[in-house]
Amino acid sequence: MATEHAPTASEYIVHHLTFLTNKKQEGLVDWSVFHLDTLFFSVGLGLLAVFVMARLASRATSGVPGRFQAAVEIVIEMVADQAKGIVHSPESRQFVAPLALTVFVWIFLMNAMDLIPVDLLPLMGQAVGLHYLRVVPTADLNATLGMSSAVLLLCLYYSVKIKGFGHWMHELFTAPFGAHPLLWPINFAMQLIEFVAKTVSHGMRLFGNMYAGELIFMLIALMGAAWAGTFGSGLLWIGGVIAGAIWAIFHILIITLQAFIFMMLTLVYVGQAHDSH
Amino acid sequence: MNLNATLFAQLVVFFILAWFTMKFVWPPIMKALDERASKIADGLAAADKAKSDLVLAERRATDELRKARESANELRAGAERQGAQILEEARAEAARIVAAARTAAEGEAEVAAQRAKEVLRDQVALLAVAGAEQILRKEIDAAKHADLLNQLKAEL
Repeated sequence: MATEHAPTASEYIVHHLTFLTNKKQEGLVDWSVFHLDTLFFSVGLGLLAVFVMARLASRATSGVPGRFQAAVEIVIEMVADQAKGIVHSPESRQFVAPLALTVFVWIFLMNAMDLIPVDLLPLMGQAVGLHYLRVVPTADLNATLGMSSAVLLLCLYYSVKIKGFGHWMHELFTAPFGAHPLLWPINFAMQLIEFVAKTVSHGMRLFGNMYAGELIFMLIALMGAAWAGTFGSGLLWIGGVIAGAIWAIFHILIITLQAFIFMMLTLVYVGQAHDSH
Repeated sequence: MNLNATLFAQLVVFFILAWFTMKFVWPPIMKALDERASKIADGLAAADKAKSDLVLAERRATDELRKARESANELRAGAERQGAQILEEARAEAARIVAAARTAAEGEAEVAAQRAKEVLRDQVALLAVAGAEQILRKEIDAAKHADLLNQLKAEL
């Protein structure tokens, strides 16, 4: 805490929703700002995920697998099956399937940061002089929109690669309503809206879920912090413990589900880029 | 809810991680999975083959057993037949020997009887001559009546 007195509830929430930045953000969009906490945790967890998996892969045996290898194999087979069912080009799958695996594991780990007690890492950060720290990268719109934008780029890349630039352009102007010249602007507008809607909803869905989940953890933490020695505050404290347990258990489902949904939508969008209208 | 350069950083990190996974994570694990699948398939095929081999071997063993029993039976039957035949032959041989011995004995006996008869005839003749000599000594000359005596002898 920057302030000496105990923070009020709203100060506590606002403090926890403030990113660690390199400089102060001016306005809604400021391309000179970085969220250092988001970058640190997302890159750190991403590297952790891929290096642990690469280490496993380098000693993977085709004989009897260990438990960890079996667990990773279950995830990989799940991803491979989904990719096979959705993206019908084996050549594209060589990149898209590992990408889907990365997305699933990475987002799962970033979401799982939500399960760490909400004040633990920020307090440790304060001990080393970081006044603000948000530990769930997927509760940062920049992170989720960054990933959904990456998926959009992939879709554009595969659209051009699979269909050819001319054919893709033709499709942009003639689908979904028809090839009549009067319909061209409408078709093109519809296609643009589709791309934007896909990308924004893709990123927003994950962000919204994780942001709301984080917020509820903070509110539950406030219940616990209400302890002041009185009977009513004691009840609040007990309520905080129970609600925290229930919400954390429920959140296990949410973080897995959201990671899975993001992966599936990635595959679906890339798969759609392969289909002609 | 502010947009800033974190977005682009995240975008780039996304592709780097995906590339890394494609390069170093996906292929070895997929290879291990495929190898294990083929190993399992081989194992199952080998088990099937072993099972059919076992059935074949059992059938062959039964065949051999049956054949052995048959040949043993055949052998025993042959031996019995041969034994019976040998017995038969031995019996016939014995009968033949007995018959031959009997024939020989009969022949010998006949010869002996013949000889005894002849000896007896000679002796009778001598006896008769001696008797006659005794009777006729006084009246008959032996030399004179030799023809008569011989004739008598032949008639005996």
